[in-house]
Amino acid sequence: MTGGGGARRIADDVRSGARTARDVVEEHLTAIAAREPEIHAFNLVLADEARAAADAVDEVVARGDDPGPLAGVPLALKDNMCTRGIVTTCSSRILEGWRPPYDATVVERVRAAGAVVIGKTNLDEFAMGSSTENSAFGPTRNPHDPTRVPGGSSGGSAAAVAAGFAPLALGSDTGGSIRQPAALCGVVGVKPTYGVVSRYGLIAFASSLDQIGPFAATVEDAAVLLEAIGGHDPCDSTSIARPAPSLLAGLDDGVSGLRVGIVDEMTEIDGIEPRVREAVRAAAGGLEAAGAKVDTVSVPSATYGIAAYYLIAPAEASSNLARYDGVRYGLRVDAEDVAHMNAATREAGFGREVKRRIMLGTYALSAGYYDAYYGQAQRVRTLILRDFERVYEQFDVLIAATSPTVAFELGAKTADPLAMYLCDVCTVPANLSGHPAMSVPFGTGEGGLPIGVQVLAPALGEATMFRVARAIEQAAGKTP
Amino acid sequence: MTAYETVIGLEVHCELATASKMFCGCPNEFGDEPNTNVCAVCLGLPGSLPVLNARAVEYALRVAEALHLRVPGRSVFSRKNYFYPDMPKDYQISQYDEPITIDGWIDIDGVRVGITRAHLEEDTGKSQHVGVGGRIHDADYSLVDYNRAGVPLLEIVSEPDIRSAEQAKRYVEELRATLLAVGVSDVKMEEGSLRIDANVSVRPHDATEFGTRAEIKNLNSLRSLLRAIDYEAERQWALTRAGEKVVQETRHWDEEQGRTISGRSKEEAHDYRYFPEPDLVPVEPTQEMRDRVRASMPELPAAQRARYVEQWGIGAEDARVLVDVPGLAEYAERAVAALDGTGDGSAKDVVNWVRQEVLAYVNESGLSPAVLSPEMLAELVGVVGAGTISRQQAKDVLAESLREEKWPRTIVEERGISQVSDESAIAEVIDRVLAANPGVADEYRAGDDGARKKKRGFLMGQIMRDLQGGNAQIINKILDQRLSGD
Repeated sequence: MTGGGGARRIADDVRSGARTARDVVEEHLTAIAAREPEIHAFNLVLADEARAAADAVDEVVARGDDPGPLAGVPLALKDNMCTRGIVTTCSSRILEGWRPPYDATVVERVRAAGAVVIGKTNLDEFAMGSSTENSAFGPTRNPHDPTRVPGGSSGGSAAAVAAGFAPLALGSDTGGSIRQPAALCGVVGVKPTYGVVSRYGLIAFASSLDQIGPFAATVEDAAVLLEAIGGHDPCDSTSIARPAPSLLAGLDDGVSGLRVGIVDEMTEIDGIEPRVREAVRAAAGGLEAAGAKVDTVSVPSATYGIAAYYLIAPAEASSNLARYDGVRYGLRVDAEDVAHMNAATREAGFGREVKRRIMLGTYALSAGYYDAYYGQAQRVRTLILRDFERVYEQFDVLIAATSPTVAFELGAKTADPLAMYLCDVCTVPANLSGHPAMSVPFGTGEGGLPIGVQVLAPALGEATMFRVARAIEQAAGKTP
Repeated sequence: MTAYETVIGLEVHCELATASKMFCGCPNEFGDEPNTNVCAVCLGLPGSLPVLNARAVEYALRVAEALHLRVPGRSVFSRKNYFYPDMPKDYQISQYDEPITIDGWIDIDGVRVGITRAHLEEDTGKSQHVGVGGRIHDADYSLVDYNRAGVPLLEIVSEPDIRSAEQAKRYVEELRATLLAVGVSDVKMEEGSLRIDANVSVRPHDATEFGTRAEIKNLNSLRSLLRAIDYEAERQWALTRAGEKVVQETRHWDEEQGRTISGRSKEEAHDYRYFPEPDLVPVEPTQEMRDRVRASMPELPAAQRARYVEQWGIGAEDARVLVDVPGLAEYAERAVAALDGTGDGSAKDVVNWVRQEVLAYVNESGLSPAVLSPEMLAELVGVVGAGTISRQQAKDVLAESLREEKWPRTIVEERGISQVSDESAIAEVIDRVLAANPGVADEYRAGDDGARKKKRGFLMGQIMRDLQGGNAQIINKILDQRLSGD
């Protein structure tokens, strides 16, 4: 499904002068022109800007300088990351037409590494959803089967990589929004340890859970991108004071002797498709064959993840989204006074799911309910963190399903918010604990649709996690 | 004494004079062109994140040292959520259940007022409501200036330990002097650097429970504070006496009408939905930080006043004025230092001059030490102390000095001004005055204290006029001799 060669290959070719960045961009723009009308991965394709950026990369090469490890690699940005002077919408009417006066830290970093930003990708409005159907600008479709969703909320980024529109993309993962669409679109998706990638310029959904991470066709390409965007940023107080993780160096060190746990509560669950469960077991088998020690493990508190998540995330969102009030930027719907203008603007500007979560979150934080809802959810969060920390004393990494199902049909869950929320059952625990997790394609399920296996690791355990993901990727290649 | 007791707790918002704002690098400047000191962070643009200004924490620790506040090992920022156009994020980053400092006190004229907490928060922008009423509800349109948004504030909350408007004023004065001394704020009430909300309730003198309180907002001067508290206490007592209930509410002080007005109605009552700010990490002041702050603490106002009273032999009220008026104590210290060793004039004389003449000039024309330097004042005090000129003459010399920008001694020498200290010359004038007013001495001798004072004052006036300034000590001695009949 992917075309144009991997990111690392492109960067090597561009750096060596074997290909021009301009040619690479043109190839990808051609791919976009062919299939984007059907897929709708992008809110905005930046053709002219991408050509200009590619030419600049080529000039650096012509001068004999090194444009960086992502030289000339087209990259798609989820449209909740600020780009200076370029419309950034969060797929919401309320921000339609807003041009940020600054670049997100990750945008600066990918550009500094030589990447060429090719477009802003579609998402569930303000990253709230699991199918990219909550976009104010229409849904994105799964390149493997356009009658199906790509997952969400970073569905546009996942689809862009799966359709070969860009070798790399960035998404954000608050409760699974990178990993679940990666699984559904058959690509690699990584949620790093909370604080490894700067959130500066990422339009907040739930600040204590949001984390930016890469999409790529391969584990290696995802590693290149995470190395480029990771590392301390003084503009983000929650950023960890460490350099970017070193991933490529040990990527092929193998898994011999590693202790791998299959998480019961994130694999043996109600409603999981049998072939997804089989894929997790097969991946475990592959790791065992490569020398890892595999066992099953229970993390009992993980079953409360969804309940805790759907209190904490909406609570933070209700506060984060207060600023869209019509006073300073974005949509304004006039009314007789300020309070009514605020209300009319928000009524017109936010979609149903966003309003639902603002209401949920406002309620969870209200006087008299705080302790029973938000307070209790935070205690559960602490419990989940402790449980995982305890498990990681015995296991180097954990594996689990990413999504209980393969990609579902458009409209299948839009009428049932709870069914949609349960898409995140295997992914939210890592957001609540802050630990890294990633999804790696492993075989196919019903209708030949891709399945993703999730690899989880302790805080700052990215290097080991990538080694294991690489081994699963290799095992998947051997699977018929 | 009133028939009731007033119970007051004050919330003082102090803008910290850091170079940059609390969570971004924008300048913290008053009075600049609207919306020029702003950036993505203090405008709360989507995607922006706050980074705590370490200087604001240091300033809070300085205040903690001065107000005997405890500093818990960890404090947390929280979001206070409510919609208001001058608040860019529609929440204010403040502190809620884990403030940076707690449990302090301040002594006001021998009364200890407890301080519940002093916590850090960001200031809001400023709205200007254009239209009839000047309030947001009846404005035609509103303009917002976000220059102030994100300026660091320290909110200092007192216990309900204050019992009168005058005491509240003294509390604010003492707090203001302290904040100025520790160098964390310019404490200019007229520029909003210090803003006060007062929680006021009343109760019978013998009551043990507090009455229902009202929170009065918008107190922008000490005068407003005094008037508002007195008005509000009277209002509440009148209600109580009439058997009506005081409503717990926010009230606004209307300076022009001289009354408090009910603020928000019940349906607008806020639930701030506080929760820990996820964009910031907890603040954990290190021992090293606290030691550094402690080592750099200046002398505090109470200690400074005590030192002046002891070393200079001045009264408590003199010491209070010196310390309360910005710059005055430093001025006096320099003048006293310049006087030292000359043997003429005392520190007490300097303070008298500072409190009367210098302060008058300061109030009148904003006199700066550059115009009347402390050294010049010391010279003047020295000349008087040496008996060369009288105090009355010295006032004229001071005026001349300022007008001609010359040193006092130069004026004295150029004009040949000197007071008569020659006893025989003085005696001659006194005798002439007594001879010209023959009945007065007799009336003096026959009169009671009041009459004596009057007659003596009359004679002194005549003598001084004739002498054009004379050594008061000698005049008094000779006049006493003459009047006692020797």
